[in-house]
Amino acid sequence: MRTVLTVLRKDLLLELRGLETLPAMVLFAIVTFVIFHFGLNRDTIDGQLAAGVLTVTLLFAAMLGINRLFVAEREQGGFDAFLLAPVDRSALLVAKATALFLFLVVLEVIAVPAFGLLLLGPSLGPVLPGLIAVLALGDVALAVIGTLVSAIAVQTRARDLIGPIIGLPLLLPALIGMARGTGPLLVAHASGSPPGKWVAILALYDLVFALLSYAVFDFLLED
Amino acid sequence: LTTYGRGLRGLSLAAAATITAALALTFFYAPLDANQGFIQKIFYIHVPLAITALCGFVFGGVLGAMYLRTGDRKWDIRSYVAIHMALIFGIGTLLTGTIWAKASWGHWWVWSDPTLTSFLIVMLLFATYQPLRFSIEDPERQSRYASVFAVVAGAFVPLNFIAVRAAQGYVHPRVLTLTGGNLPGSMRLTFLVALVGIVLLYATLWKYEMAAKSTRMQVRALRRALLGEDAVRPLKRSAAPS
Repeated sequence: MRTVLTVLRKDLLLELRGLETLPAMVLFAIVTFVIFHFGLNRDTIDGQLAAGVLTVTLLFAAMLGINRLFVAEREQGGFDAFLLAPVDRSALLVAKATALFLFLVVLEVIAVPAFGLLLLGPSLGPVLPGLIAVLALGDVALAVIGTLVSAIAVQTRARDLIGPIIGLPLLLPALIGMARGTGPLLVAHASGSPPGKWVAILALYDLVFALLSYAVFDFLLED
Repeated sequence: LTTYGRGLRGLSLAAAATITAALALTFFYAPLDANQGFIQKIFYIHVPLAITALCGFVFGGVLGAMYLRTGDRKWDIRSYVAIHMALIFGIGTLLTGTIWAKASWGHWWVWSDPTLTSFLIVMLLFATYQPLRFSIEDPERQSRYASVFAVVAGAFVPLNFIAVRAAQGYVHPRVLTLTGGNLPGSMRLTFLVALVGIVLLYATLWKYEMAAKSTRMQVRALRRALLGEDAVRPLKRSAAPS
């Protein structure tokens, strides 16, 4: 647990001082909303279309963070240092997934209001609790699978290419859950609670991939 | 030393015989479908291909897990061949599936069908298996990472089907259900023979490929021992384990 906190603190401090990843993710998301405005030629969107635009944008913005997640470890010998230290290897998975989860939360704290301002027709206020629940469950899936995929891709020669092509199909069920879960929330006069089926599927997906990642992650560090 | 060639002839003959029997049953024994007519007969090749491909992906994941447990490279080679063959069967599934969709629904591709869609997603995921292997140079790391991928992707297969099925209605002809299905006896018999035939074909091809690979490796080792290191050209970089 202390190892997790140490690595997490290092990652957050690095991001806070260097500001390498998060600003890029936020900017990317906002530019993508503008692109959707012109691409769809619509001033406001709602319902399933809005949910799709929001979740796809978040997914691609997350891919940026996923690609960068282990780059510092690889380039500056962090992997070797971690392997030399007498600590549990799974701690790196937990720390990195938590860091990515926090990045995604910060991204959404900025990007979701921006989406409400720029594109969304109905108001966000009444559905906010439901939206937060679905997005948080989706973020867990993005963080866990993203960490696993990033750890695989960072050791390949074409890591910027391998990461997305493996990550996107693996994240598709999570995207379906997020898009279908938020869809009913973004219509005018929505009831405010997300569809239970999709919350359950997202939670199941999170759980299975958390266990699976925990089981296989050690093998990605052995050298 | 494992001899993959043992029993290969018998297995090949059994596969050929069963597939011939399945084709004969398909064309001369199974009745025409009342709604779809002749085109429904593609079902006897499409569904067995799909089932075999999906089981092949999961089989590759199990073999990958065996590699991670033991560290013995033969398991990685087995896993690679299993996924390679399943990919080929999967392409066959997609081709026969679109032909059937065009004939029975009038479109080459139908998004509203969860089985077709989830199969496509699984194929897209496994299509990255070979690029992943190819972009890792160190052979030991290639095996390890590919096995991790195989395990994760193998577990993804059933999960993906749950998620996509929940997202859409039931359009796909549900011929095999847990409650026993609604196939008449003659169709069921034909289908089962075809399924056994395709599974035998998969097993035969898997064994052939394993036999070829292990023979090639043994020849290389023998040449190196007899003629010296210089006589054997170094291997080119490859996605396949060797």
